[in-house]
Amino acid sequence: MLNSEKPTPDLLQINNLRIEATSYPPGEPPRDVVLVDDVSVSVKQGKVLGLIGESGAGKSTIGLSAMAFGRGGVRLTGGQILLNGRDIRTASARSLRALRGHEVTYVAQSAAAAFNPAKRLMEQVIETSLHHKLMTRPEAEARAIELFRKLGLPNPESFGTRYPHQVSGGQLQRAMTAMALCPQPDLVIFDEPTTALDVTTQIDVLVAIKAAIRDTGVAALYITHDLAVVAQVADDILVLRGGKKVEYGSTDQIINAPREAYTQALVSVRSIDHVEKSEAPSVLSVANVTARYKGTNFDVLKNVTLDLPAGQTLAVVGESGSGKSTLARVITGLLPAAQGRLTFAGRTLSPDLASRSKDDLRELQMIYQMADTAMNPRQTVGTIIGRPLEFYFGLKGEAKRARIQELLDEIEMGAGFIDRYPAELSGGQKQRVCIARALAAKPKLIICDEVTSALDPLVADGILKLLLNLQAREGVAYLFITHDLATVKAIADKIAVMYRGEVVRYGSKTDVLTPPFDDYTDLLLSSVPEMQLGWLEQVLNHRKMESADN
Amino acid sequence: MHPVVTLVVQRIALGLLLLLAVSALIFFGVEALPGDTAQAMLGQSATPEALANLREKMGLNDPLVGRYFHWLYGFVTGDLGVAMTNGMDIAKSVGQRFGNTIFLAFWAALISVPLAILLGLLAARYNGRWPDRLISGVTLATISLPEFVAGYIVLYFLAVKWQIFPAMSMVFPGMGVFERLSAIILPVIVLVLVVLAHMMRMTRAAILNVMQSAYIETAELKGLGPLTVIWRHAFPNAIAPVVNVVMLNLAYLVVGVVVVEVVFVYPGMGQFLVDHVTKRDLPVVQACGMIFAAVYIGLNILADVVSILANPRLRHPK
Repeated sequence: MLNSEKPTPDLLQINNLRIEATSYPPGEPPRDVVLVDDVSVSVKQGKVLGLIGESGAGKSTIGLSAMAFGRGGVRLTGGQILLNGRDIRTASARSLRALRGHEVTYVAQSAAAAFNPAKRLMEQVIETSLHHKLMTRPEAEARAIELFRKLGLPNPESFGTRYPHQVSGGQLQRAMTAMALCPQPDLVIFDEPTTALDVTTQIDVLVAIKAAIRDTGVAALYITHDLAVVAQVADDILVLRGGKKVEYGSTDQIINAPREAYTQALVSVRSIDHVEKSEAPSVLSVANVTARYKGTNFDVLKNVTLDLPAGQTLAVVGESGSGKSTLARVITGLLPAAQGRLTFAGRTLSPDLASRSKDDLRELQMIYQMADTAMNPRQTVGTIIGRPLEFYFGLKGEAKRARIQELLDEIEMGAGFIDRYPAELSGGQKQRVCIARALAAKPKLIICDEVTSALDPLVADGILKLLLNLQAREGVAYLFITHDLATVKAIADKIAVMYRGEVVRYGSKTDVLTPPFDDYTDLLLSSVPEMQLGWLEQVLNHRKMESADN
Repeated sequence: MHPVVTLVVQRIALGLLLLLAVSALIFFGVEALPGDTAQAMLGQSATPEALANLREKMGLNDPLVGRYFHWLYGFVTGDLGVAMTNGMDIAKSVGQRFGNTIFLAFWAALISVPLAILLGLLAARYNGRWPDRLISGVTLATISLPEFVAGYIVLYFLAVKWQIFPAMSMVFPGMGVFERLSAIILPVIVLVLVVLAHMMRMTRAAILNVMQSAYIETAELKGLGPLTVIWRHAFPNAIAPVVNVVMLNLAYLVVGVVVVEVVFVYPGMGQFLVDHVTKRDLPVVQACGMIFAAVYIGLNILADVVSILANPRLRHPK
């Protein structure tokens, strides 16, 4: 699609882009906010530009601007977006429809949501090619099957006859990539294509995407919050923060010689050095626990035995479906164990929630992944934290308020937040309030279920440091459920690796992370992207097993 | 067995069970009314001897449960008994009236269902803009109008003032299809106006709900036009809620149109039922009740089955 009259112009050239939206804060008049300000980038044919930043940095917004698309009420208000030499920012709806799906295509973060559940995959993959009259149906189907094969999908000939719910998340993400590549576009926008996947699946998808980009010679915008991932696929990287450019350079320069302080912080994130504590009497023992969900004949937990020393952290690692969250449900009594014994603070815990004492409930607290949905949006921070104080300790009035302020100080937020609503807080602050609520009960054990997974790396780092400080001060133990091994290294004293409902490796942090490894732990450890160029190629050479998702 | 077959068979079995329960309710409910058929036939001044004789003759002294099963058996085999007032075979007279009702309901549905869905799609396409407001406003106005008012307005203009269509919708056996059709145009117009809004608003709401999904954005980013996105990607995922409302309205067209029948003097089931209620002709009332219940339950089962079939997760399990 290159215009032959001009001397090899850049495929995509964005100049001084400005993007605005109207925000409607509760109880205030609507106001315009600037999402992206004065950003300029360019992508040459066949090259990959990585856009990186925390949530709210404007990276997806910039990515979609390459299709002149504003999500929700987002408006592209200034600058130029030159695609194949013409400005598409002000183009008509009709000419935008002609280029979307033809010159530029899009791979969404959650393929599971981005595929229409009512249509077969093949129908959706070739839809663009047929709609823009780029190919006949047999041609499009042949190309789709070839792409399925190239992306390593099982049974490429018949893969397209399936419905989205019939294939796994990693396969859907690859099918989405096939859908984007099918109409032979000039540019593909990858919007966090591996973020929602397990670490062991992510690596397969990453390899498939990288090979597909190389083989088709397509240019790409690769959007992610994970610098280690983008280092594997991008030629250039643009670091964004708050809608503004922080640093723009080659991948090599950004990773190995970052100039800006913010980029340096991103590169060296998760620098917590945590030395494991020595043995201590256990606060929680899980002995030979087996559990299954009602109406199924499949054990989600098989003979799980674990021990958590008082005041220490046991990290439970594994991919989705490994049973780690089910373990939390069994310990809290939400899902009574079918067999086995739970011992907590020296006494036997009854399997189901209803027959536990108030002290059992108080001493065993929980923090969730989604702080958003774990708080009542119509209650103030003070009410949320005050509830356990009232319920367990009968605190009222001034005494309660004083204790709430104390707790807010402990989570490094200050008394000013006491009358705020959750909607006014940032993601990290919301998670801190959830921590304070758990802490208010003066628990002996807090179960943390993926508490940092939904947070940006730097914010997650802050939460982990806070948890470690609180542990040192209050002596509370954590059962820390996560799929992220960097987090595990930062916080754990003991580690349990779970795979398909079983504990495949369990011991002190040093023992678990020291070779020789079993096959699964090896796969898990080697799948964590490292901030190093060429890591992806290295790791592929010595893999012993496939991820469970395939 | 395929899970869809199991589900569909379950729904049908459940529907039959429900129909059985309703039949018991109708039979025993009517029996519980003060007085009985014999009393009704002979009137208030009948002598006790005459009453006892007639009861004996009609089998009214037999055990209640036995009579219920006898009645139910008759119903299943097509024998609805004899009307008390004129001694005619109920199956025959009801059959003719039911045919008329279905004829009217069929044409009203044939026009209103596609029209409602089309208007719903258009309203969703232009959500919040003037076509949406116009469609929503007009259909809201027509649904707010009582049926008889709508009926008289239509009559006044189309039959009286401009004299385009006949005011009376008399149909009788042996009438040609086209004559019948021209006779029912006015009631069809009124029924369409009455049921349109409900289905159209549900279509619009269901589609707008689906339009929030991520796959709609995917479709937009493929460069598809707005109507293509709605028709191809949103509508297939909005079928289940729409079908349920459509079926409720179809059921209404069959069992609830007595006012329209009266306005246009149309010989349908509604008028027939009302006539026999006023005459206390209990066997006819029971028969009509059963037919209405069967239509209602049948259409709702159909809605369930269509919803099941429209769900790819059920049609194509993992």
